[in-house]
Amino acid sequence: MQNFQGVGVSPGRIIGSVRQMPKPVSEPPSGERLGADVSPEDAVAGLKAAAQAVHDELKGRADTASGDGKAVLEATALMAKDTMLLKSAAKLINAGSSAERAIWEAGASVSEMLHNLGGYMAERATDVLDVRARIVAELRGVPAPGIPASDTPFILVAEDLAPADTATLNPAVVLALVTSGGGPQSHTAIIARSLGLPAVVAAHGVDSVADGSEVYVDGAAGFVAVSPSEEQRAAARAWAETSATLAEFDGNGTTADGHLVPLLANVGGAKDAVAAAALGAQGVGLFRTEFCFLERDTEPSVDEQAAAYKAVFDAFPGKKVVLRTLDAGADKPLPFLTDATEPNPALGVRGYRTDFTTPGVLERQLEAIARAASESDADVWVMAPMISTAAEAGRFASLCAAAGIQTPGVMVEVPSAALTAATVLREVGFASLGTNDLTQYAMAADRQLGPLAELNTPWQPAVLRLVQLTVEGAAQEGSGREGDPKPVGVCGEAAADPALAVVLTGLGVTTLSMTARSLAAVGTVLKTVTLEQAQELARLALSAPSALEARDWVRAKLPVLEELGL
Amino acid sequence: MPERTATIASRSGLHARPAALFAEAAGEQPVEVTIAMHGEPADDALDAASILSLMTLGAAKGDVVVLRAEGDGADAALDALVKLLETDLDAE
Repeated sequence: MQNFQGVGVSPGRIIGSVRQMPKPVSEPPSGERLGADVSPEDAVAGLKAAAQAVHDELKGRADTASGDGKAVLEATALMAKDTMLLKSAAKLINAGSSAERAIWEAGASVSEMLHNLGGYMAERATDVLDVRARIVAELRGVPAPGIPASDTPFILVAEDLAPADTATLNPAVVLALVTSGGGPQSHTAIIARSLGLPAVVAAHGVDSVADGSEVYVDGAAGFVAVSPSEEQRAAARAWAETSATLAEFDGNGTTADGHLVPLLANVGGAKDAVAAAALGAQGVGLFRTEFCFLERDTEPSVDEQAAAYKAVFDAFPGKKVVLRTLDAGADKPLPFLTDATEPNPALGVRGYRTDFTTPGVLERQLEAIARAASESDADVWVMAPMISTAAEAGRFASLCAAAGIQTPGVMVEVPSAALTAATVLREVGFASLGTNDLTQYAMAADRQLGPLAELNTPWQPAVLRLVQLTVEGAAQEGSGREGDPKPVGVCGEAAADPALAVVLTGLGVTTLSMTARSLAAVGTVLKTVTLEQAQELARLALSAPSALEARDWVRAKLPVLEELGL
Repeated sequence: MPERTATIASRSGLHARPAALFAEAAGEQPVEVTIAMHGEPADDALDAASILSLMTLGAAKGDVVVLRAEGDGADAALDALVKLLETDLDAE
């Protein structure tokens, strides 16, 4: 029996058969020539046959898909046998290039052309690269890259998943995700939590498990076992029962002794907001407004923005909705706002900072928010991402005031803002901790890098200390709207971890905002501890010498986690 | 050489789904059909059956394009394709 230990990022105990995600297709060497025994005519014919096979495969998938996915697959299928692509590849083959290298180069130049056109075309550029990789795989006789197509449910094992893989990930057939790379903040983890799939990341060596092997996955413990034991089968059966009860949140975030911690949802648009309201969210703790701007060459009009914001506000009448102003840059580039050539985008002009280089966009967004807020019944709070100094917080508050927005706030994700929380909060009404970026910046560790997964967890005592400093700063600053200390929420992935949610509550965080699927699990665990116990667990975590020990010590004091399989 | 002009009717222009539907229809014709923006030289015309060519053409709603074809059935092919371009394919 073979076991693998990784990092659990999304709870669930499940048994299923493995499908390995094929490795990305490697680039055919530059200058690779046609073999001496192959004529250019045969190579071109071979390429056309491979292209036809890729077309047929994609077309077949399009026929069974629906909606936007179908349209994208149909267009991608056509690209596979596109005359422009195949003719330019044929030209290279006639000049002596191997078929693999020829289609690789032809795809690269078409993709670049589309990329330079910007907007919608630029997005299709990656589809051309996907088609190119599929044709090369077909020529080599290896499996097509991407998530395997299958009608029977399976456990997907991959090196890591990219954001683009989400589109092709069918949660009806994928039972769980296991990756050999990636970290707790990787895209795999975020995708898994939003879909409610059990997931383990950084399980080194798991790539060697053969397709079709039966495995047991424990997404809380970060454990994967080949050929499951009887106990593991029983655990998976028990999870199937408890997970049904963990699917519903009663809409009341509180500790056992009645200390209220409203549990809010992170949403990216009206569809998410409606789903979150249905799952019992007590409001929205993070409304990402990028959806309105992404995939566009120009700024959306104030009218268009106001309508989009109002649609989210309307899902939560009488409840709090915390909106984050445009957070472009780094992993979310926008052609009209950010500079793609920055050497260090995570430390570049991103978030609130885009107002330094492109003034006006933020003011127009605030105008749209104010208008949408005045036309809805939601209690609208507005915060700026990537605030580093009290002066920035002050300027943002005055922009909000000028637009007629009552409750301005800041995201605390740059360590400097946590360290100077008292002066930052003097300027605004509330703070919300973005633990993903706060962890990345505090630990100087890129969120996407697998080898840094151990550094990149919000369980790091240094990160918890920054949370504590922010809460202390808020308390020192005194009264918020109702005379209490100014509210400090958490809206990063950390809030979705039930054990960490208890620690954050103990540190004095006033609201927790997460992907709506995690509300029930966090709510259930929070109800089992008193505020005093949570404070004790927070002290324990802060005193730990490492993230690993902080997590283990806290989990050991919360046996409910093991009982529920969380 | 027979040619026709057509005004793009699809809301999203000749992108995405309209481009896919049009390229597929052009590929099914018995003759090779080219497409160019109105006023561009015929030498710069692109293969109408190539979705990638259509995308690089970048025709938006209201733009006028010229379709050209030669040989048996050219007129019928052009008529059918013009009709497609002048339908709002996004609405279907």
